[in-house]
Amino acid sequence: MSDPLLETRNLETFYGPIMAIAGVSLKVAEGSIVTVLGANGAGKTTLLKTISGAIDCRKGQVLFGGEPIQNRDPDEVARRGIGHVPEGREVFPFLSVGENLTLGAWGRSDRAGIARDLETVYGYFPDLRTKHRDMAGFLSGGQQQMLAIGRAFMGNPKLMILDEPSLGLSPLLTRTIFAIIRRINREQGVTVLLVEQNARAALEVADHGYVMEVGRVVMEAPCAVLMESEDVKEFYLGKAETGVRGDRRWKKRKTWR
Amino acid sequence: MEMSDVAQLSLIGVSQGCGYALVALGFVFIYRATEIVNFAHGELMMLGAFTVLTFAELLGLGFWLGAALGILSLGVFGYLLDAVVMRRVIGESQASVFILTVALGLMLKALAGMIWGYGARSLPSPFQTDVHFGGIVIGLDRIAVILATVLICGLLWLFFSRTRLGLAIQAASQNQLAAYYSRIPVKRLVSLVWAIAAMVAAVAGLMMAPVTQVDTEMSLFGIKAFAGAVVGGFGSIPGALMGCLIIGVAEPFLDYAFPPLKGVYAYILMLAVLFVRPEGLIPQTYQKKV
Repeated sequence: MSDPLLETRNLETFYGPIMAIAGVSLKVAEGSIVTVLGANGAGKTTLLKTISGAIDCRKGQVLFGGEPIQNRDPDEVARRGIGHVPEGREVFPFLSVGENLTLGAWGRSDRAGIARDLETVYGYFPDLRTKHRDMAGFLSGGQQQMLAIGRAFMGNPKLMILDEPSLGLSPLLTRTIFAIIRRINREQGVTVLLVEQNARAALEVADHGYVMEVGRVVMEAPCAVLMESEDVKEFYLGKAETGVRGDRRWKKRKTWR
Repeated sequence: MEMSDVAQLSLIGVSQGCGYALVALGFVFIYRATEIVNFAHGELMMLGAFTVLTFAELLGLGFWLGAALGILSLGVFGYLLDAVVMRRVIGESQASVFILTVALGLMLKALAGMIWGYGARSLPSPFQTDVHFGGIVIGLDRIAVILATVLICGLLWLFFSRTRLGLAIQAASQNQLAAYYSRIPVKRLVSLVWAIAAMVAAVAGLMMAPVTQVDTEMSLFGIKAFAGAVVGGFGSIPGALMGCLIIGVAEPFLDYAFPPLKGVYAYILMLAVLFVRPEGLIPQTYQKKV
């Protein structure tokens, strides 16, 4: 593997006295889709916010393209080529869909490229084209998620960071969104770092996966391996292993504890 | 009261309301961009009037050049006020930010008193003639306030809805984190909002100068503008305009009907609206989808 596009080294982030992530190291290879799985409160969102500069870390490093970018302002990090799609479809509610997308291209001056990317977004999400004059706040939840992804894509990012894109969406919409994420990765060559609670969907789309618990990475493997792991199966995919007599142990110990 | 009196009082009220509206716009812009209620905004208006007075009279540059330079100076002042002071309190508790803006107001007032003295001064403007029509006599300065307000609202509307910069400011006001993630330089745009708000306040100061006279107490005008913004629904621009017009028009009639409470009616109206409809007359709110 060549040098990773994104790397974090022993990242530690605090909320006041509380350590939210405790020494996280991960690597995202250029062109790949990497997923971070974990339950609520595992520190996934904090990790992403630390990478994109919304929260400062206390220790450790974030390297993007080999350069340290930790503790910079989020707009500067974004200018270097990281497009962050935050949790909960954060659109600009009182602006139209078209204006939201145009603002995603803030700071770009290549008109032809912007027009091409806008067409690409409308191609991926035809709903956005039909609603391009509507106020973003009036879109459905799924459409807002599409808009947030489209807006990040308009910035022509090298790396797209997606925080729980399936949150609150129907299984069908989740599948649609994940299919688009894969297409953006394959067709546009955008590297993707994806955080999800929907482990099944994430493992199907990603190449490599990390599992986080209470602020630490507890497992790391290619997704094909993770999917076969007993722990991931039981705790994230919800497949119960039954014993010889057909009864489950009431509480199984995770092997990494 | 005769019809012509009603018409005259209404016109004066509209003009007064437009003056409030210019100040209230600044309140709303700053509030939407930063969630800070700038209680020093009336002082910015006062500072604008004094600055214009300095350029136009004391330096003898004449009204128009003085006005232009005064407005620009307030823009620079507003920008620096954010970049140097207000930016540092983002994320602090509402109480400390409130205290800071009130303190800033007091300091600006004291500063103005030290520089320009506490006596009232008048700013000679080119609008100091009376206009007669249909039995109504009204000062041209009153009409000029209305025209200036319409012009400024139009310019601001064009700026915020038709230019990339204006849209980016709106975006930063509506969802700051998402704006950061979209590479929008939020901090600089917030300072720009302060600059715009201060410039509009300076226009208010200079347009209202013939009516109120220029002194340090001029800043009280800002509190009435604040009442207008609350009546309309704080944070909503159409609301602020309407609330200020309502207060402006109601004031002269209420003063006429029951003079002992003269000058307090703006606050009575604000309280009444807060009791009956606390979100204001035209609130602009958005329920986030979960």
